[in-house]
Amino acid sequence: MTDLYDLAVVGAGPAGLAAATTGAEQGLRTVVIDEQASPGGQIYRGLERSPLAEPGFLGPDYQRGAVLLERFRAQDVEIIDRSSVWQVTPECEVAVTREDRVRFLRARRVLIATGAQERPCPIPGWTLPGVMAAGAGQILMKAAALVPDGRVVLAGAGPLLWLVAWQYVRAGAHVVAMLETVTNTARRAALRHLPRAIGAPDYLIKGIELMRTVRRAGVRHVTTVTGLRALGDENVKAVAYCNGGTWRELTCDLLLLHQGVVPNLQITRALGCAHDWDQAQLCWRPRLDAWGNSSLPGIAVAGDGGGIVGAIAAEKRGELAGLEAAHRLGTLSAAKRDRLAKPLQAEIRRHTRIRPFLDALYRPAAVFRSPPDETIVCRCEEVTAGEVRHLADLGCQGPNQTKAFSRCGMGPCQGRMCSLTVSEVLAEALSRPVEEVGAYRVRPPIKPVTLGALAAADLEEFASDDHGHEQPP
Amino acid sequence: MFKPLPDSRSGCVTLTIDGQSLSVFEGQSVAAAVLAAGLASCRTTVVSGSPRLPYCMMGLCFDCLMEIDGVPNCQACLVEVREGMVVRRQQGRRGLQP
Repeated sequence: MTDLYDLAVVGAGPAGLAAATTGAEQGLRTVVIDEQASPGGQIYRGLERSPLAEPGFLGPDYQRGAVLLERFRAQDVEIIDRSSVWQVTPECEVAVTREDRVRFLRARRVLIATGAQERPCPIPGWTLPGVMAAGAGQILMKAAALVPDGRVVLAGAGPLLWLVAWQYVRAGAHVVAMLETVTNTARRAALRHLPRAIGAPDYLIKGIELMRTVRRAGVRHVTTVTGLRALGDENVKAVAYCNGGTWRELTCDLLLLHQGVVPNLQITRALGCAHDWDQAQLCWRPRLDAWGNSSLPGIAVAGDGGGIVGAIAAEKRGELAGLEAAHRLGTLSAAKRDRLAKPLQAEIRRHTRIRPFLDALYRPAAVFRSPPDETIVCRCEEVTAGEVRHLADLGCQGPNQTKAFSRCGMGPCQGRMCSLTVSEVLAEALSRPVEEVGAYRVRPPIKPVTLGALAAADLEEFASDDHGHEQPP
Repeated sequence: MFKPLPDSRSGCVTLTIDGQSLSVFEGQSVAAAVLAAGLASCRTTVVSGSPRLPYCMMGLCFDCLMEIDGVPNCQACLVEVREGMVVRRQQGRRGLQP
């Protein structure tokens, strides 16, 4: 059987672009499928078609993506943009929707490079208009040249929160306060990892510089915040925060929340790949070998989707996955793959030295992972943490059971925004480890596809379109 | 809630949201256009009918579901604005299409 593509890459962020470039360099017929209009993922979002007259304020890390994109553009890689992948099969078929038209691709190997998503930040009131993810604020700058008009408060923990604050300050937005939820326990735990982090000091220096600029701009920095609530009726009017046992309020027009990033696992989950609970990063990740191969043959994962490592390490992981694809598909010997991989592995080690420090420092506090009873955890079906706890009291043993009883996780987002929370709420309520409680079963289609588009999908056309592809028996 | 920074693009397109005509920068998503226009909501929820605006802007939260050119439940953050586009807010639950 001749395959249409050697390598299909899902996602055009740092890992996907690097993998596709490397694969093509090694002679693989490669395709990249991506949801956005231009490649770059969320980190380099809009870099090739920036709406900003002066994108320099976003910082040098954003501009860095231009090198990667240039290398990618030099290769003959097909890119299917503005497209959602709604199924990947263990036989390496990829189902794609583009502008309400369905297409099926077949590849000899599939690399899932769907990156990270922000960890859900369930607090009371987080469904109000005017409460958004911090990453959303950044995307609006990069992709639509929009900054907040009015008072903005950033709340939570993680490097991205400081980066967005820094970018907002430089763009002239009115950042009123940074409410940091880092705990004293986390600070002490992080100290142990500091010596290792100092081995790659550029990340620390960069972080300190961001914080200094934000504070100097007059942004109020409240530390050790132990509770957050978004207040308002039709939209957010204020944020209440607890600090030292006292609740206070700050009026705001926009509240941006963040509790770090976690792998986006929708495809590996729907495929049935093996996953493990990562206690350091408090999230699930697919079980991978050193080359990114998953538990299913022909299916690999690269980048933050395999565990959070940051953009540069994700890119290097992508290159490794590209080399591995070429090796598995017969265009690269094991010896040559290993030789080419050596410098990449060294780079990954260097760029992940900061990780244990960041993971410990920005470990989300328990109250934001298993929130108060009145908090909506499932934004789609509007199910509260209290209802999930009540179902645990009634005997529900895991998220798939609470889903059947309450529709929690059954809405259009298919659990993307509540899976982690529900697993952690249940683990706490049942006094069992998260890995035993488990996670939602995810089923395709993982993105909306209309019946009309499915019915109109021409399987014959697919077969005749495929450049000498032989029909499978 | 949001204001534009100096923009490198010159082109604008005109679309309607619930019949209201809006001139928006080309190249942005419908969800970004909704936020730039300062609309109070892009939909109301199927359970309690409460208003929502986009939350994640990257295709995860499905809070920006809107009816675009007659197709309900479109992720407005993943659809680029186009001249003459007809956008409607979704009120509560979707019915079946005739």
